[in-house]
Amino acid sequence: MKILVCISNVPDTTAKITFTDNDTRLNKNGVQYIIGPYDDYALARGVELKDQTGGTLTVLHVGEAEADPQIRKALAIGADDAIRVNADPLDSYFVAVQIANVAKQNNYDLILMGRESIDYNSGVVHGLVAEMLGIASYSPVMKLDIADGSATISREIDGGKEILKAPLPLVLGCQEPIAEWKIPNMRGIMTARTKPLTVVEPVSVDELTVPEKYFLPAPKGACKMIPASEAATLIRLLQTEAKVL
Amino acid sequence: MSVLIYVELDNGSIKKTSLEAVAYGAKVAEKTGDKAVVLAIGRADATALEIAGNYGASKVLHAADDKLSHENSLAYADALAQAAEQEGSKIIILSKSGLGDAMAARAAAKLKAGVVSNVTALPEINGSFKVTRGIFTGKAFATTELKSDIKILVIKKNVIEINEDDVASANAVVETFSPQLRDADFQASVVNVEKASSELSLTEARIIVSGGRGMKGPEHWQPLVDLARALGAATGCSKPVSDLDWRPHHEHIGQTGIKVAPNLYIACGISGAIQHLAGVNGSKCIVVINKDPEAPFFKAADYGIVGDVFEILPKLTEAAKNL
Repeated sequence: MKILVCISNVPDTTAKITFTDNDTRLNKNGVQYIIGPYDDYALARGVELKDQTGGTLTVLHVGEAEADPQIRKALAIGADDAIRVNADPLDSYFVAVQIANVAKQNNYDLILMGRESIDYNSGVVHGLVAEMLGIASYSPVMKLDIADGSATISREIDGGKEILKAPLPLVLGCQEPIAEWKIPNMRGIMTARTKPLTVVEPVSVDELTVPEKYFLPAPKGACKMIPASEAATLIRLLQTEAKVL
Repeated sequence: MSVLIYVELDNGSIKKTSLEAVAYGAKVAEKTGDKAVVLAIGRADATALEIAGNYGASKVLHAADDKLSHENSLAYADALAQAAEQEGSKIIILSKSGLGDAMAARAAAKLKAGVVSNVTALPEINGSFKVTRGIFTGKAFATTELKSDIKILVIKKNVIEINEDDVASANAVVETFSPQLRDADFQASVVNVEKASSELSLTEARIIVSGGRGMKGPEHWQPLVDLARALGAATGCSKPVSDLDWRPHHEHIGQTGIKVAPNLYIACGISGAIQHLAGVNGSKCIVVINKDPEAPFFKAADYGIVGDVFEILPKLTEAAKNL
């Protein structure tokens, strides 16, 4: 089985977000980058499925060379090789076209990624890629097993969950608890250094959406403290002052 | 020309978040001088769909084919794209959900449309078409221009306020819509569906009462549930709580769980890790109850009480019952 795992390179979940260049760019100064947490779950399950089925796993990133340490980490965790599409993507559509383009040349059985990237949170790349390839996609997938050319998927739906059986190939957006995050071991780190990381140039895409300016939310007003002994007055304040009851 | 709004159904009725999408779409249509047309897919009575008119829609397309009675994002996206072609829609609106994102993505690829998710305000249409969207899980916003001919917006909850007193009473015309269904969209079989039907859905709830590790164990959840009942609220929890299996995973609110945007969020015994805040920063009003006065959550709160949750919760429940 041929597996492709797409990873995003995003600021750590605890990073303080600020902007530069007249609020047109993220300030990367002092920001620690990580593999997108949801993509990390997809990668972990991908490695398990690769080991079970004796298949191959390629990791793909659409972005610039600054992501290479994260790509090497994915190789250390268990990917066999990596492809980086060398671009500074502006929107989900651009990323999806690049992923679909790589996928068309390689006929993967399974394309995994996180349910969303935690920087732009759109959660649309898996759907876009699948439609471009003319195959099915599901998200958010919380359990995944493969047998006899089809996948058994447990996914979250509004207020519950659904179990589906669907034939491969598939594109899946993953989230916990699909697998436990994997930490690379020393042997993995050593072998990752010599695994192939191919850099390819992007195919051209029409600009459909363009980010113009970034800004931070207005600062929150002070928290009104209520003494524990007068807790009951909170309900009245919520009704008459905050007007939310 | 028209603005097309997709509405999600729950037991044959339009979901509250989708009614917001209708009101939003009607406002956009007003700006562009178009009609607002609604698409509903699945089983529903015409009378339940007519109410879209109250929120500004002139017409409802109803796709009621039996094959579409179970949620199927592939077939639904196909139907959405076909409806957009039939109605000549250049703007398509959906409300944010797993289904909304999936349909928006697939329809965008079919129609070569620009798609923007997490939209937080009405668009600025002034020669160009710009929207504001939430990014970095609510930690920031971006103004984004859509340059494509067809534009798809996935809107966040509470983007516009619906004042029930102002709702007009104008019934929309309900028309049967029969999209062409493709076999390729029906390759998957549904093995099982588990729905916690008795509980209020977290994404739809106006009020949420949520518990963290400060609740000390699953056996101590009753005071929190009592308050939720008294307020007509849904219950949620922090990540450690669902990781420990004190509460089911679908109650987990946060960066890697469900993102909520209720009118009122009451956090009981949750310290307020940045990953949890990321899931609740869309809330209108946040109340934090914690025994630790240094809990970071107080910085993000509108009201705070420092003290023992097990003493405070019953007092709040009592006061809520007397509302």
